[in-house]
Amino acid sequence: MEASALPSRGTGRSRRERLVPLLFLAPALIFLLVWLVYPTVRTIVRSFFGRSGSDFVGFDNYKALFTTDTLLTAIKNNVLWVAIVPAFVTAIGLIFAVLTERIRWSTAFKTVVFMPMAISLFAAGVIWRVMDQTDPSLGTVNASLKVVHDAFTSSGALTTAQPSSPALTGSPSQGYVLRAVVRPGGVALMGLTAIPSDQVSADAPDAVRPTPRAGAIDGVVWRDFKPGGGRPGVVEPGEQGLGGVDLQLLSASGGAVASTSSADDGSFSFGGVRPGSYRVKIAPSTFAAPFAGVNWLGPKLIVPAVMIAYVWVWAGFAMVIIAAGLAAISREVLEAARTDGATEWQVFRRVTVPLLAPVLSVVFITMVINVLKVFDIVLSVAPQSSQDDANVIALAMWRTSFGGVNDFGLGSAIAVFLFILVLPVLALNVRRFRREQ
Amino acid sequence: MALPRERARTSEPWAARVGRAVARGPLNVILAVLAVLWLVPTLGLLLTSLLPTTSITQEGWWHVIAHPSLATFENYKAIFNNSAITSALWTTVQIAVFNTALLVIVASLAGYAFAWLDFPGRDWLFVGVIALLVVPLQVALIPIFTIYQDTGLFDTILGLVLFHVAFGLPFGIFLMRNFFIGIPRDIMESARIDGASEWRIFTRLILPLGLPAIASLAIFQFLWTWNDLIVALTFGRNTQPLTVAIFSQTRQFGSNIELIAPASFLSLAIPLLVFLAFQRFFVQGLLAGSVK
Repeated sequence: MEASALPSRGTGRSRRERLVPLLFLAPALIFLLVWLVYPTVRTIVRSFFGRSGSDFVGFDNYKALFTTDTLLTAIKNNVLWVAIVPAFVTAIGLIFAVLTERIRWSTAFKTVVFMPMAISLFAAGVIWRVMDQTDPSLGTVNASLKVVHDAFTSSGALTTAQPSSPALTGSPSQGYVLRAVVRPGGVALMGLTAIPSDQVSADAPDAVRPTPRAGAIDGVVWRDFKPGGGRPGVVEPGEQGLGGVDLQLLSASGGAVASTSSADDGSFSFGGVRPGSYRVKIAPSTFAAPFAGVNWLGPKLIVPAVMIAYVWVWAGFAMVIIAAGLAAISREVLEAARTDGATEWQVFRRVTVPLLAPVLSVVFITMVINVLKVFDIVLSVAPQSSQDDANVIALAMWRTSFGGVNDFGLGSAIAVFLFILVLPVLALNVRRFRREQ
Repeated sequence: MALPRERARTSEPWAARVGRAVARGPLNVILAVLAVLWLVPTLGLLLTSLLPTTSITQEGWWHVIAHPSLATFENYKAIFNNSAITSALWTTVQIAVFNTALLVIVASLAGYAFAWLDFPGRDWLFVGVIALLVVPLQVALIPIFTIYQDTGLFDTILGLVLFHVAFGLPFGIFLMRNFFIGIPRDIMESARIDGASEWRIFTRLILPLGLPAIASLAIFQFLWTWNDLIVALTFGRNTQPLTVAIFSQTRQFGSNIELIAPASFLSLAIPLLVFLAFQRFFVQGLLAGSVK
């Protein structure tokens, strides 16, 4: 009984055994065929048709890809991305991984640097759009630059002021000089206008025309304007003095012999002046513009701005992978090198890096793939106005297909181009797998 | 000769320790500065979102540090009363949870087949899966868009879920297969000798043993779909997850940062919590996926 039951059970099993793998695989195969394989083929075919989808256009879409300005910018930018970002991310990851091995709080450090990986590239883009705002009182990056800037140069008391009359000549960067020569006992009237009211304190005293004194040159800097206008070049009641203005006394040869700054009512005085002819100058420092902020999100700097945001996200990935590779390196090899008298730099350069080479190349290649597909972060860091300048291939594909242009033919060609760019890595992965089998 | 050397050796650890501490002082400072640099952007967004609406376009986030009393949750109250944001949050949760669950099931089934079942063309099929690993999803957008429009999957949560599952599969199968293949042959053999069906082996043996890999995959897929922008932007109009809802706001950036900042922080807080809670699995998955 058992003998007769076994064969039938055996054949039943083997038929089922043939079916079982298919049942396990079927859901995955359906997904892969419908959502990946078929669309890829379809996109390749579609790329040879025009916008309407029924007109065969040969390679026209591919020609358009290399002749349309915004698309060329996208390709050029992607070349920059591939040339700069993967190497940069790998280098930072390597440095971080090596350095964290020497501190006690390496887990905390790794968590902090790795954290942006959990955040969407889109949200990371929003974060950096907030960081990169131009106004130094809002954007963190420019606020930091302003601190550095102000440590070396201070901005002037009056940044926009201009002479009120032709009596003064010059420019904000050179300073303004009184045309007329002044001698000891003379008076210098330095009238300025075009001063926004927030640069003059409301309770600043009115300017007073100075009285001449022997052996001194007295003067006044004032806002040569009052409600209703006033007469240019004349100190009138109701016109305010300008305090804190830097002034220089120039000798006949043009060199500065004395300098001072004006009091609250705008008056200033050079005492003990030797006989001779002098000129009075408002120093350029008075007009030095405050740090206005770097326009990170403008057309010129948008590409590096997005790259910085991207490196901030991915450095942690490189660090973690490389740190794992580092942990796998035998301590004895490193110790042996150190015992042989190698410096830390030599150990790093001659032992650590060569041993890590396979891991470094994996990180680098992964980053090349990621960088080729970069999309969300460009969309969220770059404002609408500079998206043409920040364009990359993946974004160009989307904008061409769905962002208003709606040209599925050209969009397909861009997608195929992107696909061709990742093919070498695809081949590399397949070869590596088959070698391992 | 021997004596001084002996003495030198005994005093070496102490000298070395001091030397190392001195040498590592600057290193600690440098790394602390770097850690702060890496934290500031996220912190900046958080503090920006806490600024009162009136001063959010006037002052930088660091004013909150100087004046902690400025901090307010009014922006968060506002977005939780904004139905566009709350429904986007709910949409995001649905997409992320459903597609993660579905992917884990489909990928572990296939991973098991590739690891332990014998069938003709197995290695070739797996090479195909590896080839699909790097395919950019851009190549699928246009045909799937057309299919979705024809089948009514366009602008549905299901449509987004299915797309995410498909593009999560190559990595998912790869991860599962590589983990399952490491299960000792003895365990498998004895289960088969005991006459357990493949289904029984899969559910009773493989899934429990494969839990760490499943956790890694689930976390990856959850984060990837929670954070997705391009797929939802392409296949949705009214079905908007958080990223898309925020994106449509950023087109008028500056005027409504009091909405963008808290909404963005909300959208990143959940993945951040998931990451901090399951960091170990996340890193394991990353290592299994990239270092082969």
